[in-house]
Amino acid sequence: MGTEAFLSPVTLDEVKHLVSNRAIEGETVLLNMGPQHPSTHGVLRLLLELDGEQVVNCIPDVGFLHTGVEKNMEAKTYEKAEVMSDRLDYLNNVGNNLAYCLAVEKLCELDVPPRAQAIRVILVELQRIASHLVWLGTHALDLAAMSVFLYCFREREMILDVMELVSGQRMMTTFIRPGGLWRDVPVEFEDAVRQILKTFPARIDEYHALLTKNPLFIDRTRNIGILKPEVALNYGITGPILRASGIAHDLRKAQPYSGYEQYEFDIPTQKEGDTYARYLVRMEEMRQSLRIVQQALDKLPLGPVRSNNRKYVPPPRSELAVSMEALIHHFKLWTEGFSPPKGSVYAAVESPRGELGVYLESDGSPKPYRVHWRTPSFTNMQILPLLAKGHLVADLVALIGTVDIVLGDVDR
Amino acid sequence: MNEHISKIVKAFQERFGASIYAFRGETSLIIPAEKIVAAAQALRDEFDFELLTEETAVDYWPQLTPRFHVVYRMRSLKHNAIIGMRVPLDGNAPTMSSIVSVYANANWFERELWDMFGIRFEGHPDLRRIVMPHDWEGHPLRKDYPLGHEEVQFSFNFDEINARKPYAKE
Amino acid sequence: MGIEQKLGNLGVVTLKLEQAVNWSRTRAMWPMLFGLACCAIEMMAAQASHYDMSRFGMELMRASPRQSDLMIVAGRVTRKMAPVLRRLYDQMPSPKWVVSMGDCASCGGVFNNYAIVPGVDEVVPVDVYVAGCPPRPEALIHGILTLHEKVQREKLADWA
Repeated sequence: MGTEAFLSPVTLDEVKHLVSNRAIEGETVLLNMGPQHPSTHGVLRLLLELDGEQVVNCIPDVGFLHTGVEKNMEAKTYEKAEVMSDRLDYLNNVGNNLAYCLAVEKLCELDVPPRAQAIRVILVELQRIASHLVWLGTHALDLAAMSVFLYCFREREMILDVMELVSGQRMMTTFIRPGGLWRDVPVEFEDAVRQILKTFPARIDEYHALLTKNPLFIDRTRNIGILKPEVALNYGITGPILRASGIAHDLRKAQPYSGYEQYEFDIPTQKEGDTYARYLVRMEEMRQSLRIVQQALDKLPLGPVRSNNRKYVPPPRSELAVSMEALIHHFKLWTEGFSPPKGSVYAAVESPRGELGVYLESDGSPKPYRVHWRTPSFTNMQILPLLAKGHLVADLVALIGTVDIVLGDVDR
Repeated sequence: MNEHISKIVKAFQERFGASIYAFRGETSLIIPAEKIVAAAQALRDEFDFELLTEETAVDYWPQLTPRFHVVYRMRSLKHNAIIGMRVPLDGNAPTMSSIVSVYANANWFERELWDMFGIRFEGHPDLRRIVMPHDWEGHPLRKDYPLGHEEVQFSFNFDEINARKPYAKE
Repeated sequence: MGIEQKLGNLGVVTLKLEQAVNWSRTRAMWPMLFGLACCAIEMMAAQASHYDMSRFGMELMRASPRQSDLMIVAGRVTRKMAPVLRRLYDQMPSPKWVVSMGDCASCGGVFNNYAIVPGVDEVVPVDVYVAGCPPRPEALIHGILTLHEKVQREKLADWA
């Protein structure tokens, strides 16, 4: 791994078919917007073909964060493999856990008690708000609105405090387990969430006051990267990008999971499909998430937080002293792990970026045979070259922010 | 399965000789490799499956016929349905046609399948590695490719691993 | 700072050269933006207003390696990224230090497979390892302060 091993990750010969003839003649410039760059939101490499300041072609080179999660999960048992799922889309940790657990529960036909479903919804929606705050902070930072970044991270601290209260960890909680939750939430949980519900709407108004009518922001985002709905569908785009192009598709309404059908909320859409529209959609989504959290918290039922099916869920430690079966189940689950029936399932959730799906195939052994993560950023990245054609490099920075990619999601 | 799906299943059984795999409320059609582009075209144009949600593969090594199953999943917003397709492929260097002409986002999915499994796609405009370095050898997600894990350094073997770990000098 | 008590109001301070240089190096160490994965988010949180890192002199994060002293490797390093990391480290001018933030950068972390370099110290020499997955912003700040103490202990003979 010495310095002499460094080689250019992609040579001109390999991408000759992707750049225009003017590049080969030398009329346009091939610029490398490298893996380390302040505005690429992670390790993304873009090969730009520039005519002056205008982008003629943009070729993304991903894979700098490829962690081999899918192969590594095949070597671990189901419960241990879930730990890796937090680290994929690292702004939506709880959502990743939820997608994986939904797939495992579908495969094993595990029931989830209603209290667990409600708390799952609360945590996932809080995580959605936290993810959108990071998006807003970094997007505005790239467009030189630095104070928004500081405000967003201040709000995010409130949500991370709730995560820490519940599970002990700020980000990689692994709190949602197959069958329900790891354990019940502490008494202070409700007060902490109500505090967020009380103070947050005013903060969203603050962000609107800073950005929405700001002529500089509008100049940099209006009519940049217009995406037509047919093109979006052909490229398989889901999430806020699709909704900003006019198509109201949200998995929480179309194929509800974890009790979402009980809550009332709207799906924000816009018609224009440009960067400003995507900004408005995500801001409104934060408000709708607060609405869902309010309803879920008000209706929070009492009861157990994890399924009783001892073939898949370990018994509480207090039972180990009194029941022989509990001891045997505990032993089997912690040494060998549970073995789901043979088959393959697909479970999808609506992550802040789009449709996050898990394709899980089991062959009856305690380790997953194949786990494939259908990540939204991998699919959504493919429109970046399309949107960037004809825009300036400065607009490209705005476009990377608006497509809202997380490189852990793209490279897995 | 709802009626839209059963309509599709019947049509596909007649036209493409598909068999069904139904599990936990989801339906998948097993289609031979030559018919995949026609099947994808039919799904998109006649039955309104606008989105290609997923295209991945499973490796069944050491079983060689079929060794791979390429799994597709399409979503219809109009009918609020989801359907899957599975294509069995044999051997160690399989090829099949690309559906990039039907669904544009199959581009990167198929590049990833080439990178991770070694499945070639004819008609793909740009088949090269996507997540691994461009000069990597081997296809990592195949079952005969090693995981590549290193020995964990506990306290009993700390010193011997420390001695052979390639630390970077200045 | 020896004779300062004696000289007092004269406004003269005497001290050893290495103390002065080490002091000035620690008080304005500029980190290079090298956030790779999840630890980058915690590094951004450490830079933001709640756990302010600019009170330790790290006001800005310089994107250019030529203008930074400290490389905080925040996140997992893959085999594709390792040559890039080495090249960036080589581009930084001396004096330079490396903080390996998080478990993945220190030892490979949760992952143990073909794609991840098990520990960034196989690519660049590391001064301080900060453990955690991801480490809390306070843990990162503790790591930075430990690095400051290490720099204070550096000897003239090593870098002159």
